[in-house]
Amino acid sequence: MADDDQVILLDFWVSLFGMRVRIALAEKEIKYEYRNEDLKNKSDLLLKMNPVNKKIPVLIHNGKPVCESLIIVQYIDEVWKDRSPFMPSDPYERAQARFWVDFIDKKVYLPSVRLATTKGEEQEAAKKEFFEVFEILEGELGDKPYFQGEAFGFVDILLSTYTCYFHTFETFGNFSMEVKFPKITAWTKRCMQRESVAKTLPDPKKMWEVVMERRKGLGLD
Amino acid sequence: MAEELSLLGMWASPFSCRVKIALKLKVVQYKYVEEDLFNKSPLLLKYNPIDKKVPVLVHNGNPLLESLVILEYIDETWQGYPIFPKDPYERAVARFWAKFIDDKLLPAIRRACWGEEKGREKAVEEATELLQLLEMELKEKRFFGGETIGLVDIVADTLSLWLTSFEEGSGVELMTREKFPKLSKWSHEFASTSAVKENLPPKDELTVFLKSLFGKPAK
Repeated sequence: MADDDQVILLDFWVSLFGMRVRIALAEKEIKYEYRNEDLKNKSDLLLKMNPVNKKIPVLIHNGKPVCESLIIVQYIDEVWKDRSPFMPSDPYERAQARFWVDFIDKKVYLPSVRLATTKGEEQEAAKKEFFEVFEILEGELGDKPYFQGEAFGFVDILLSTYTCYFHTFETFGNFSMEVKFPKITAWTKRCMQRESVAKTLPDPKKMWEVVMERRKGLGLD
Repeated sequence: MAEELSLLGMWASPFSCRVKIALKLKVVQYKYVEEDLFNKSPLLLKYNPIDKKVPVLVHNGNPLLESLVILEYIDETWQGYPIFPKDPYERAVARFWAKFIDDKLLPAIRRACWGEEKGREKAVEEATELLQLLEMELKEKRFFGGETIGLVDIVADTLSLWLTSFEEGSGVELMTREKFPKLSKWSHEFASTSAVKENLPPKDELTVFLKSLFGKPAK
């Protein structure tokens, strides 16, 4: 891709969905302009570029918008295909990667949110669901360095964004990720050695503060 | 090289239907296995232990799950008829509308047709607004894919026969010709395409089945 490509990312710093795109852009070493949106006062540009959902992240490439974080990550991979591929080349392995991306996208978010922002019975139920999902992921990762094998890829980009919340989950859920999910914990450390992940993910303590504010707002603590 | 290809599906499932349409467009032979969703086969439970759902495509012993993942696999594995656009930007747009249909429109339609009486009006309003967005996206094209059917058309299969059955079974009218002239025309053209026509389930049986599945007093 030419160096005079214009790439703008409309995003919000806390957004897990935005982080996926930021990691993808960093992996491909794409220069872009980052614009932080005020979600209570969305810009005209955001509303024009994503009239259907009005949500971030939106990637604007040479004036054309791409919406939905997973679609954006695939777009980035397909356009900047000359470097750091996110997907294997074999169609069956690609299908497996897409399956796990879909699984993580659908099954991790809600139990995570509930685990962090509820208490009592509701939290216990969320914790149970969270453990079930992560047990499946722990099994799927197995002894591989990354979910797709030797190379860091699409599935890793997606799941790694949750790692900045692990400390939060542990604290409010009262458990240890390392004890329950040792393989995922080792994988987390491996991902954090990648510049794209380390530079994109906020400090886990910051995420804890964000969730703490939310919990206070809900009257939990 | 003999290839083994089988599809575990269910006659009333629009998701299974998507895969049948795609395989037909690619002119690929396969063995179809009808699953009884109230009595799932050991084969289905073996190939999809997590969700236990159809469709499952099994290619040379390797299972593929999730209709959208399967559609992309079919497009990458067999040449011939293109299901996904070739251009990355057009692919992103097609994926966007496919996701819109599955994640937002279908749940809204289900709520409008089969949800609680109390929230019915609001649910119908929501589904109508979402259908309007799709009506606008179709513009003057014959199909979402242009002159021939593509990914979005296949994923929108639920909006042709299944929506008609939903409306007849529930008594709720959503996609009328007056409000949605483009989508109504598309629905008819889509269902008349040969790859689709021969893979659609019979309407009356489908209506009865969906009514028993979704209608009250089912829990």
